Amino acid sequence: MSTEQRILIKGNEAVAFGAVDAGLRCYFGYPITPQNEIPEALSTLLPERGGQFVQAESEVAAVNMLLGAAACGVPSMTSSSGCGLSLMQEGISYMAGSHIPGVLVNMQRGGPGLGDIGPSQGDYFQAVKGGGHGDHRNLVLAPATAQECYDCMFRALALAFKYANPVLVLGDAIVGQIKEPVRRVPPADAVSEKTLAALAAPWRMEGYGKRGPDAQPRLLKSVYLAEGALAERNRLLAQKYAAMQAECAWECTDVEDATLVVVAFGSVARIARSTIRRLRAEGVRVGLFRPLTLFPFPAEALLALLPGRRFLVMEQNLGQMVEDVRLALFGQPGVTPATVQWHGIMPGLFVNADDLREPMLQALKEAF
Amino acid sequence: MSRIVFLEERCKGCGLCVAACPVHILRPSGRFNRHGYELMEMAGTCTGCASCAIMCPDVAIRVFRSVKPRENAA
Amino acid sequence: MPTQNLEEQLRPAAGEKLVFDTNPVLSERLTHYCPGCHHGIAHRLVGETLHELGVASRTILVASVGCATFTYDYFSVDGLEAPHGRACAVATGVRRARPEAVVFTYQGDGDMAAIGMAESLHAANRGEKITSIFINNTVYGMTGGQMAPTTLLGQKTTTTRDGRCMEREGGPIHLAEIMAGLDGVAFAARCALDSVQHVREAKKAMRTAFEVQIEGLGYGFLELLSGCPTNWHMDPVAASKRIAEAMIPVFPLGVFKNKRTEQSSQSGKVHHA
Repeated sequence: MSTEQRILIKGNEAVAFGAVDAGLRCYFGYPITPQNEIPEALSTLLPERGGQFVQAESEVAAVNMLLGAAACGVPSMTSSSGCGLSLMQEGISYMAGSHIPGVLVNMQRGGPGLGDIGPSQGDYFQAVKGGGHGDHRNLVLAPATAQECYDCMFRALALAFKYANPVLVLGDAIVGQIKEPVRRVPPADAVSEKTLAALAAPWRMEGYGKRGPDAQPRLLKSVYLAEGALAERNRLLAQKYAAMQAECAWECTDVEDATLVVVAFGSVARIARSTIRRLRAEGVRVGLFRPLTLFPFPAEALLALLPGRRFLVMEQNLGQMVEDVRLALFGQPGVTPATVQWHGIMPGLFVNADDLREPMLQALKEAF
Repeated sequence: MSRIVFLEERCKGCGLCVAACPVHILRPSGRFNRHGYELMEMAGTCTGCASCAIMCPDVAIRVFRSVKPRENAA
Repeated sequence: MPTQNLEEQLRPAAGEKLVFDTNPVLSERLTHYCPGCHHGIAHRLVGETLHELGVASRTILVASVGCATFTYDYFSVDGLEAPHGRACAVATGVRRARPEAVVFTYQGDGDMAAIGMAESLHAANRGEKITSIFINNTVYGMTGGQMAPTTLLGQKTTTTRDGRCMEREGGPIHLAEIMAGLDGVAFAARCALDSVQHVREAKKAMRTAFEVQIEGLGYGFLELLSGCPTNWHMDPVAASKRIAEAMIPVFPLGVFKNKRTEQSSQSGKVHHA
């Protein structure tokens, strides 16, 4: 009998529990469906622990409060969905430009515009290509279950502080709303609050008096007007983004003997896994490649699967991650347009494992 | 007599000190600093009131006030 | 050109005392501001206030966007850049993360009263323990003289060539009075930088604007009527005159709210700071 206690909570609540267990001190957010359980849970969890919860007047304000708190080297986050993330792009770009470690959760909803409150993966480009103005990149994590929501908050804070860079947790309405058993135990790679504080010590805002009598004042900024200064800043950022490649994470299921590998993340990946399980029972050799980080995209791991296999990208948008998959395989011997196929689920739809069966069988037919 | 010192390389020649002086002893000097700004000069008896320094946007003026002998001895 | 022998000139002679000096919170760097711009006076007052209150070592400045973007270059305190208009939101985050710090924003009228109006009013309404120094010079300075939310009716700018018109652009925003109406605001005042007397009053008000934060009473707000000779197309002395003759009649000076003394006057009976 397992002595491990599990709690039955929504993905959104798991985000909140994971964040406070990982050392979160400040939360700033503005209500938007389908992520409201995150601020609701944190509005009691954080003050209980001496932390700060602020319901901001807008997402613009929330992300800038996050910028301020994270600049102090204090573990801080915000959360929102589609429309809200659009408003937050300004602050994300400034955080990237100033080396500030904000953590943001996007429980995606259908778009564009006001869209709906159902699941969608339409914010993929916005998340992984930067999203705001200027050249910047966010580290992007893609949980698919409530347990992963809990676990990935540890990883999100650790990565944000390691790189002094914004980290986005990209879920969706299904991931946020689904209620599942969660083990509330820090994951093996969890980083202590002390480690986070040590990572922030060289740059955090605190008042120079905290650093001794002869300390020099500090400045965190993104504006570089002197000739050559911004180029130098961008070179530094490029090096940082290159170093982030080391953080690639992914999961392979049933790929060893597969002739067709489905590439999917988040809620679509877990639905596809059910379909794959059923097809396998019928002897169909299909597997799943699931990126756990969307930036950096695990291109090399995907490339390693290329010999003898075809790929089907399944995502709930009009075709976004498929571009990164094609880019990963671009120029490789034997790669043809048929190597990477794509099946899009329209944002606003709820699909089940049966809905993905035909597209997979069709892809198998077309691929060989 | 009280006196003021212009930190000449800080001066931008705006003339706000000239306008602020209640005893009208400041005036443009016809001399220019390295930035090309015209410097001001003092001609007359300064009261040490510091009005010029209070209005100077560039903190380019220091004011020395003569103190009464008994204060000085203390 | 003979170089000035500063060392000798700055040595007090027998019988004299240095009565006006810079202060250690102000950096020695020359500002980028135009000749006669009142930002420099406002900076000096901030520096003196932080020095006199003895809080510089635990102060965090949140800078804004506009002419005041580079404020952080002129104060020897920890400094953080905020996006245009968001200084009060950023300062909220800073203060919540560092409750022991003294946090202030320094913002122009475009930054605070146009693009950042929502963030400013809500931070004030929450009673965030921060202080905002608001420079009202009725014009966008950094971008070259466009209409600001504080531009006077009839004032010509590069985007109101015939003068600001009530029917088209609305009237100038009175931020100090608006702030005074919010419960979280502990101190709201408007002062001017056009004369020695007014600068002295501004200094006193600035001290209170910081003290209410330090004492935990709430949000401190100080509006400073300031000259922008460049974009007003005037010499600096004429710009000061314009403050007295054209701005003060529209933007009355005074303390509109002060929780320290519970003197509140929003009905036109203003107390000088």
